[in-house]
Amino acid sequence: MSTDEDLYWSMRLIRRFEERAIELVHRGEIVGGIHPYIGQEAIAAGVCAALRDDDVITSTHRGHGHVLAKGADPVRMLAELTGRATGLNKGRGGSMHAADFGKGIYGANGIVGAGGAIATGAAWAAVKAGSDRVAVSFFGDGAVNQGVLLETFNLAALWRLPVLFVCENNGYATTLTVAQAVAGSITARAEAFGIPAETVDGTDARAVLAAATRAVERGRAGGGPSFLECTAYRFDAHHTWEHKARVRYRTDEEVAAGRARDPLDVQAVHLAEGARAEIDAQVEAVLAEAVAFALDSPPPDPAGALDHLYATGLRGRNGTGLYEGVR
Amino acid sequence: MARLSYLKALQRALADEMARDETVCVLGEDIGIGVNNVTTGLLARHGPGRVVDTPLSEQAFTSFATGAALAGQRPVIEFQIPSLLFLVFEQIANQAHKFSLMTGGQAKVPVTYFVPGSGSRSGWAGQHSDHPYGLFAHVGVKTVVPATPEDAYGLFLTAIRDDDPVVLFAPAGSLGVRADVDMDSLGPVPLGVGRVHRAGTDVTVVAVGHLVQAALDVAEQLADQISVEVFDPRTLYPFDWAGLAASVNRTGRLVVVDDSNRMCGIGGEILAVAAEEMRLTVPPRRVTRPDGAVLPFARELDLAVQPQRDQLLTAVQEVYKAGH
Repeated sequence: MSTDEDLYWSMRLIRRFEERAIELVHRGEIVGGIHPYIGQEAIAAGVCAALRDDDVITSTHRGHGHVLAKGADPVRMLAELTGRATGLNKGRGGSMHAADFGKGIYGANGIVGAGGAIATGAAWAAVKAGSDRVAVSFFGDGAVNQGVLLETFNLAALWRLPVLFVCENNGYATTLTVAQAVAGSITARAEAFGIPAETVDGTDARAVLAAATRAVERGRAGGGPSFLECTAYRFDAHHTWEHKARVRYRTDEEVAAGRARDPLDVQAVHLAEGARAEIDAQVEAVLAEAVAFALDSPPPDPAGALDHLYATGLRGRNGTGLYEGVR
Repeated sequence: MARLSYLKALQRALADEMARDETVCVLGEDIGIGVNNVTTGLLARHGPGRVVDTPLSEQAFTSFATGAALAGQRPVIEFQIPSLLFLVFEQIANQAHKFSLMTGGQAKVPVTYFVPGSGSRSGWAGQHSDHPYGLFAHVGVKTVVPATPEDAYGLFLTAIRDDDPVVLFAPAGSLGVRADVDMDSLGPVPLGVGRVHRAGTDVTVVAVGHLVQAALDVAEQLADQISVEVFDPRTLYPFDWAGLAASVNRTGRLVVVDDSNRMCGIGGEILAVAAEEMRLTVPPRRVTRPDGAVLPFARELDLAVQPQRDQLLTAVQEVYKAGH
């Protein structure tokens, strides 16, 4: 496939994955709900297209797009969301912690802004190991007011580490607008630490890929960190609980205007005649398999609820407290 | 035999591990100079690639170490002040500790966090004098509080080699302890194995960290009246319940001395397990800091809040009498 087709494939996969996942939330097959990535697909697809398999990413609570775009198996990903033993994390992580270390995916993360320092530490380890791997930290506009992330910008710039900070500005931290939350500007935060920053149209996968490629090349060449603010509009809810709760913080007109620029349509313009329908059909087949696999997979055995709590295999006491034989 | 101080033991353990394993690196504030005398000389020996003086950004460098660990390094972080662990509780308890389970065993986070000088250092007041080991034991982070130079060496070594996050508290009251040690016998001490420092038959005293020395003094003082066994758990999580049971089931009497706050403290957990599962013949006792204590500045007030030797002595006597 051409680069344009790859980008579209990745975006279409994310879009339909999210739509199928929302159906499964409504059917009660995914408990706890999800944070849908719909509307932001060009960011994950564009950035991850600039990366190699051995590069590292950290993701967010709205992480499905990043995990899929970086190459995790959508079948095992959906099994993870449905809490099955066959999931990426064996059903231990779910939507907010999906990870695939074999693909450099250090996980979605439930705490806003928490992935930045983790990615930066991984970038440092890569340099120490003599590799030219880079790390990418995705986060939203809400994260730019987290102290630990601002501390991390300083460390990354100070030590010229190969890390790319990708801020997905979808206009809202849950229900709080950027205007209500952000003094100064988002890119100025990075620039204050001497990190080159630019704002790109996060609905245009080609533009994101081009900017990410520049940043990644700078990182691999020892040029230090970069910062990308990618603007987009979150088409769906902050979290699927909104589908029932009906909280009102955006007008219908605003949502309609936001959805009018669909990143998939923006990218589809670059495809050859017939290619879009062909990719769409392929993606449908993948997701049909994913849904079937997830629903057919067994749930994990409750007897192993705390398996993997310690890498060393340490076992604590159970909830009724007997210490016998647990040393 | 050679004279080894607790502080020197920590220094030697870190130096030995850095020499043995080149993925071991150390991060922290003022560690290049080595203001706490644990990292002394390491910068000259290993360079800034492995001995990283960090800006005052505890939350960032703690999760930075998590990322480095996930990518194959084995970082050690020095915290100058025990209360900094409150600041990075999210990064340790909610991030580093949870990776293994949340990823279904894909990831490990071998980071050691150590505080050379936990608890009161006399005159450092409310925000520099805490002993929050119970918090880490509560959330399930491996928690180590060595009391002697040999154990400081051996447990630090084990903590660094462990594939999970480990917090090591080196109590300020222990840093000056010296012991005659056969240097060739120094080696790793396993987690979760306690140590009986003094055998006895009447009362088991569980003492944590620097209070081991206080317990030994009390035991000696009471030696002609009461036979006191001094049990040092060495690691608070995992805890050596079987080792404690072996002692308590023999003596039937238990006193815990713990330099942390009473409410929900580790002392309460030890009494609870003993009450549930061991053969106590009389109600057990704890000597701790008061509920919700904040250490006041003035020396008299600082001391008034920490567990006192005479409080321990009285508790041991009362528990002993209660059974006769």
